[in-house]
Amino acid sequence: MSKIPRFQPLVFSVIFLFASCNAKPTAETANPAPTAEPAPGPIPTLDPSTLSTLLGSVTLDGPAPPPRPIDMSTEPACAQAHSGPVNFPDVLAGPGGALDDVVIYVRSGLGNYHFSAPASPVLLDQKGCLYQPQVVALMTGQRLEIRNSDATVHNIHSLARRNPPWNKSQSEGAAIFESFPRPELAIPLVCNVHPWMRGYAFVFDNPYFAVTTASGNFSIPKLPPGTYTVEAWHQRFGTLDQSITIAPHSTVSLSFVFHLHSSASPSP
Amino acid sequence: MERSQHPAIYRLAFLTSCATILLLMAGALVTSNFAADSVPDWPLAYHRIIPPLIGGIRYEFAHRVIAGLVAILTLVLAIVVASAKWKCATKVAHRLGWTSLLLVIAQALLGAFRVLEGYPAISATAHAVLAQIYFITIVTLTMLISPWWQRNEPRLTESESPRVVTAGAITTLVIVIQLVLGAGFRHGAWGILPHLIGFVFVTGFVIWVARLAKKRFGADPDVRRGVVLLHATFGMQVLLGIAAYWAVENALTDVQPTFTYVILTVAHVLGGALVLAASLLLTLKAVRRTPGRDQVLVPAAVPAIPRVGSGGTHIQGSGV
Repeated sequence: MSKIPRFQPLVFSVIFLFASCNAKPTAETANPAPTAEPAPGPIPTLDPSTLSTLLGSVTLDGPAPPPRPIDMSTEPACAQAHSGPVNFPDVLAGPGGALDDVVIYVRSGLGNYHFSAPASPVLLDQKGCLYQPQVVALMTGQRLEIRNSDATVHNIHSLARRNPPWNKSQSEGAAIFESFPRPELAIPLVCNVHPWMRGYAFVFDNPYFAVTTASGNFSIPKLPPGTYTVEAWHQRFGTLDQSITIAPHSTVSLSFVFHLHSSASPSP
Repeated sequence: MERSQHPAIYRLAFLTSCATILLLMAGALVTSNFAADSVPDWPLAYHRIIPPLIGGIRYEFAHRVIAGLVAILTLVLAIVVASAKWKCATKVAHRLGWTSLLLVIAQALLGAFRVLEGYPAISATAHAVLAQIYFITIVTLTMLISPWWQRNEPRLTESESPRVVTAGAITTLVIVIQLVLGAGFRHGAWGILPHLIGFVFVTGFVIWVARLAKKRFGADPDVRRGVVLLHATFGMQVLLGIAAYWAVENALTDVQPTFTYVILTVAHVLGGALVLAASLLLTLKAVRRTPGRDQVLVPAAVPAIPRVGSGGTHIQGSGV
């Protein structure tokens, strides 16, 4: 019996040593969350007369990859919500290659501004056992409303790494509210009851982000003048960066084109 | 020779061992179907005793039900073993019975921790490893109270070193380490490289102990069967390992776990448990068949005219 206490620290040390040697790349190591550059002196305030707008579009150059069908045959409550075959909605390309569900955000250059989270929540719904929308973006501290519009139960599981992860069961028609206290990119949101369900949440400490719609367009208003690195993220095609300089009280256009054989870094 | 005094207890132990294999399979199905977090609460499921049996919940809930069954069997087994006596190994059987009970309780608590607190890389790996440790404890107990163990006495001599018992014990330990490395890879604690390196070591030790056993005790049918079982399970496991790795690599672009992926990965987990059991059984057979270090085996037929330097101490049934 006297040997057991001596073994315990060794055993746990070995376990923790192995656990820390995670050979798998994480979203954070591939795409660390954008952080405000530390600046001496007081926090700057925005001058409304100088704010600008960043407009743009995201397109896919080349034929969209073949769709990946989802087999819902073992889940009648999910299958009945669809009139035909269901494909995994990770590549939604419209006319002209317009890409939906691309997150555009200011990766660096913002300085030490302080922004408050909006009071209104961002909505993530579960319909037909799919997340709608597939990708959501919100600010730190802003509420995420997760609805279950399906006639079945789900669990909503956040696989956050910089934020505390959580996992909650959700019965039919229920709504859950969550928030994230820290900025983090590409937080996987999954349902372990229906393993094909996968979405992403992006959390920023500033309001300069957007998610493209079916038209592939985005708009980021009220951006202060400066030089920024703007990044576009797609769950299948990875990320693209561009550096832009925004003059006071101007409108800047930016376009991102994902080439199927480009050197974009793979998505996490 | 006396038969085991408690065949019913032996059958209960054997049933518990088989139920444990079923439980290992149920646990592997949970992991391979990504269903480990499909029931976020414990001990209830979706705030009920029986949750909606859909999707991943089916696997997780089935795992909990079988775990409960194994826990009950272990409790009953520990109690009846503690109240029984055998021709040999009684004390060890008693201790193994209570140890099994402690292990199954620890495993239940670890499972609860995994569900409620997460940290899957550590908790799921520990849960998988403890499952195998519990499994070999139950298998050992079953073996000790088996009619085979109770009726057999040491009759094999072995003067060389290392002994087959030692080689078998080391091989079993190496297989346990390999299972730890495999569990860590499967649950995201580390990559596959440690498990591949472990495979090289396991291969070497399995070949070594099998050759040693065949060379020393090849004439003994029980040991020979043990070697065959070890070879068969190990060979099957190597093939399953290759197939499982292929399945994992091909699953990287799948939107949901496929039947092929699930079957191959679950089979590989189960195969690992069976290799471990085979190595353990071979070791235990060698333990039973050979006398202890402080004992000398005397042949059953003693010559009429003793030769100079022959003879020895008549031993009692050694066992453990």
